[in-house]
Amino acid sequence: MPTSAHALGDVTASDSTLRRFLHGLPGVDAVGLEARAASLGTRSIKTTAKAYAIDLAISMVDLTTLEGADTPGKVRALGAKAVLPDPTDRTTPTTAAVCVYPDMVAVAKEAVAGSGVKVASVATAFPAGRAALAVKLADVRDAVAAGADEIDMVIDRGAFLAGDYMKVYDEIVAVKEASGAARLKVIFETGELSTYDNIRRASWLGMLAGADFIKTSTGKVAVNATPANTLLMLEAVRDFRAQTGVQVGVKPAGGIRTTKDAVKFLVLVNETAGEDWLDNHWFRFGASSLLNDLLMQRQKLATGRYSGPDYVTVD
Amino acid sequence: MSAAEKSEQQRLSVFKTYKLYVGGKFPRSESGRVYEVSDSKGKWLANAPQSSRKDARDAVVAARKAFGGWSGATAYNRGQVLYRVAEMLEGRKEQFVREVADAEGLSKAKAAAVVDAAIDRWVWYAGWTDKIAQVVGGGNPVAGPYFNLSSPEPTGVVTVLAPQESSFLGLVSVIAPVIATGNTVIVIASEKSPLPALSLGEVLATSDVPGGVVNILSGRTAEIAAPLAAHQDVNAIDLAGADEVLAKELEIAAADNLKRVVRPQAVDYARTPGTERLTAFLETKTVWHPTGSLGAGGSSY
Amino acid sequence: MASAFEYAPAPESRSVVDIAPSYGLFIDGEFTEAAEGKVFKTVSPSTEEVLSEIAQAGEADVDRAVKAARKAFVKWSALPGSERAKYLFRIARIIQERSRELAVLETLDNGKPIKETRDADLPLVAAHFFYYAGWADKLDHAGFGANPRPLGVAGQVIPWNFPLLMLAWKIAPALATGNTVVLKPAETTPLTALFFADICRQAGLPKGVVNILPGYGDAGAALVAHPDVDKVAFTGSTAVGKEIARTVAGSHKKVTLELGGKGANIVFDDAPIDQAVEGIVNGIFFNQGQVCCAGSRLLVQESIHDELLDSLKRRLSTLRLGDPLDKNTDIGAINSEEQLSRITSLVDQGEAEGAERWSPACELPSAGYWFAPTLFTNVTQAHTVARDEIFGPVLSVLTFRTPDEAVAKANNSAYGLSAGVWSEKGSRILAVANKLRAGVVWSNTFNKFDPTSPFGGYKESGFGREGGRHGLEAYLAPSSPEGER
Repeated sequence: MPTSAHALGDVTASDSTLRRFLHGLPGVDAVGLEARAASLGTRSIKTTAKAYAIDLAISMVDLTTLEGADTPGKVRALGAKAVLPDPTDRTTPTTAAVCVYPDMVAVAKEAVAGSGVKVASVATAFPAGRAALAVKLADVRDAVAAGADEIDMVIDRGAFLAGDYMKVYDEIVAVKEASGAARLKVIFETGELSTYDNIRRASWLGMLAGADFIKTSTGKVAVNATPANTLLMLEAVRDFRAQTGVQVGVKPAGGIRTTKDAVKFLVLVNETAGEDWLDNHWFRFGASSLLNDLLMQRQKLATGRYSGPDYVTVD
Repeated sequence: MSAAEKSEQQRLSVFKTYKLYVGGKFPRSESGRVYEVSDSKGKWLANAPQSSRKDARDAVVAARKAFGGWSGATAYNRGQVLYRVAEMLEGRKEQFVREVADAEGLSKAKAAAVVDAAIDRWVWYAGWTDKIAQVVGGGNPVAGPYFNLSSPEPTGVVTVLAPQESSFLGLVSVIAPVIATGNTVIVIASEKSPLPALSLGEVLATSDVPGGVVNILSGRTAEIAAPLAAHQDVNAIDLAGADEVLAKELEIAAADNLKRVVRPQAVDYARTPGTERLTAFLETKTVWHPTGSLGAGGSSY
Repeated sequence: MASAFEYAPAPESRSVVDIAPSYGLFIDGEFTEAAEGKVFKTVSPSTEEVLSEIAQAGEADVDRAVKAARKAFVKWSALPGSERAKYLFRIARIIQERSRELAVLETLDNGKPIKETRDADLPLVAAHFFYYAGWADKLDHAGFGANPRPLGVAGQVIPWNFPLLMLAWKIAPALATGNTVVLKPAETTPLTALFFADICRQAGLPKGVVNILPGYGDAGAALVAHPDVDKVAFTGSTAVGKEIARTVAGSHKKVTLELGGKGANIVFDDAPIDQAVEGIVNGIFFNQGQVCCAGSRLLVQESIHDELLDSLKRRLSTLRLGDPLDKNTDIGAINSEEQLSRITSLVDQGEAEGAERWSPACELPSAGYWFAPTLFTNVTQAHTVARDEIFGPVLSVLTFRTPDEAVAKANNSAYGLSAGVWSEKGSRILAVANKLRAGVVWSNTFNKFDPTSPFGGYKESGFGREGGRHGLEAYLAPSSPEGER
């Protein structure tokens, strides 16, 4: 969405207004932020609340494969898993989406056809983003043309760290335009931004530029989604909506592997952004192995027995 | 007898009117009262001001007013000022030797030793001003991502009942540690021997000690001490010069605003003091601040 | 707040703790009845259930306990420090082993959330014993002269807000320095102290070194006044602290007092706002605000008042009040009916004086003693709620325009225990921290405690420090050139 529509007015009018705005955002105290995230992590989610959380989490998974070795067969299997996560229990919700490289979008689209599961595609020279804008935009257009419902772009971290916020902004705006009707997730690669202040600035920058989702990371660097950086981004979407009326989604990606982790993230959502975000239209998990753990926990709740890896599918 | 001494004897000497030292000025007691001060053999020496409750109150106002500047001065600066007191005393040694000899019935030689010790005591405390914080403060290794530092700060306005017997060395030994750390003080001089204390005021006034940092009252110890012990704007009281009965009474009064109290104790003022009188009028402030978790979570600054 | 994501009850199991129907006084290593045969009941403030019946100490019991402590002092103080250290290490370890049991017990008897007893109280209790254990054989190096001596028998009176933690703060340094102890826990929270007596037994601590006397204020007064007590340590109200200071006047008793507070939490316009909101909440709602160092006065820069208040109110709406044993409970019960009525009357007075009262929608349980988290806005320094310690979950919000004004308002109190400063500007934090007349200043954080960190107040918040090297001083007679103390 063009910035002029926002209550924030013309903070993006020039490089200097944008810089002043971003640098004027409240600072983040790292210890306090992490302490809050850790404290919410001690919530004890049991029985009915756990059942609700597991189904919600499954429905929020962007089931992901982003490997050089991806093949049509691998992507088809992923699609089948997204549509029917647990063949032994058809009450299990589908995942939100499958997430693949642009060249696999068509295969994925076919695999999930008619299920309601979306196809998301990473684009813009994922994961490094080190390519000319024209290349990135072509990447996006390819994915959209192949039927992608959602585009997961990476920002230019180099430009961001060099202080060239306007370049990052313009690029997001351009990608948003190239995405057309597809929803745009903007990946910051928080591990490379390194400071919480930068993550807050990137969040606002992304939202100002029209992101539909802000996303932590590619899953390809050492530090990906953490409770603390996700909490910080949830605060950002909460505050952005309060100021502009525009709701933006959040997607932590990478490193979330267990049900326990996922439930902690849902507690963060519940107690920070609030229940309006407890929906896969507004919150996603970028994950692959998480799904099977959610399914095993779901089986445990249903049967009272602990499940095992042989009772969930490996796709 | 030399000719010079003879002529001095014949000359009618100029008496000194002893005055209080309050807020850097030398007022008489607002009550207009004085009392006779005699030497150890009962010979009249001078009339000293007999301070009233109102003098005590004025002294508290002066001490409070001076507290911000004095406690806010650098420790280095306070050290320089205390050293300056020693320098000034050195130059007026003879006067103090005479006053101490009279007051305490000491020989000239013994009185001189006492005055020397008192001067050296100022030097000792001058050196403490910028060291005590390092001795009693420091970083605390808390089990978490926090910088945590304890530092001593002056308690505030302190009332000191100066020792009754040791009219000068004892006096200096109870004033210097209090102001070295940035407190301001109201001293009640030895009741029987107030003259060295009142003369000290004159030295302090010319030693770069800001007005109000030290305020010296003479008179009936019990009369002056009672309102000061109860005064809500006094933070601490040193009962060195109180007898057992008075000390208890004052300690009870001091409880009304929880003054820090140093009880009377047997002290050999000739010995090098420890740090007890320095630390008795210090508060410990501990400040915490997050350090950041330095890499534990990747994005952790 | 109703949400699609309702947390199901997650109660901690009560079965880890076995509370006997009655307990005696712990004197000279034995549980014994009170001389006058009196007993009192201790109840769970969240349900009003009677937990146990406790022997109530009187003057004769105090005398008996002091005699036992005096007798034990001879051998205990003569033990090599390294041996005393090992007793304290044993105690620390046993506390760790039994920490879940003690956490549940504390929550039952005090009413505070299990989340706090489990994650704050008990870890700090064990850490405190560990810390002082290590000092016991290093006292020569603590800066109090060579060969500092213990004082003798310490009479210690502790409050109900952190029953076991306050016990640790008192007993650990006293034993490390070679003193023996008679401790009176508060009448509403005697149980963890009595369980601690059992821990002393398990640790093999010699008889009479620790004596526990549950009872009321009269027992505390008798202990403080007992002529054979050498050291008085008290944590509690300023009024009682003053009474103690009068009682010991003219005696040889060394005294330390940890009293009330009205902590200012100062939020500048450049603060890390989200963390400041957490710090404000933690500052006043931790332990239902029944904390002497609570940040009960919020001083917010006028330019961000509305924004901050919106955030704060939104955050308060997520606080979960209820069963203290539920692991998701943020706000537990008020400790006693008496305390609840004190809070209620001060809050009523705040309203009557024109301050604006606000609480989030919050259902209070029908049994037990409860008070909803409460904010007062439009408060000035003249309001009672800005001056008196409420000791409850009640925050008074005041504004300031400049740093000088913030400091002036923060210091405008008879108390001087704690303060908070929130700003991203280092020089401002240091300058303000420097000017605050408070014993603990938390900058960009609040309510943090550590055994190595000295804690205690300026002005009418008391004197002496607990914790750290400083905490040893209260229990030692320095071998000083200035002679006997």
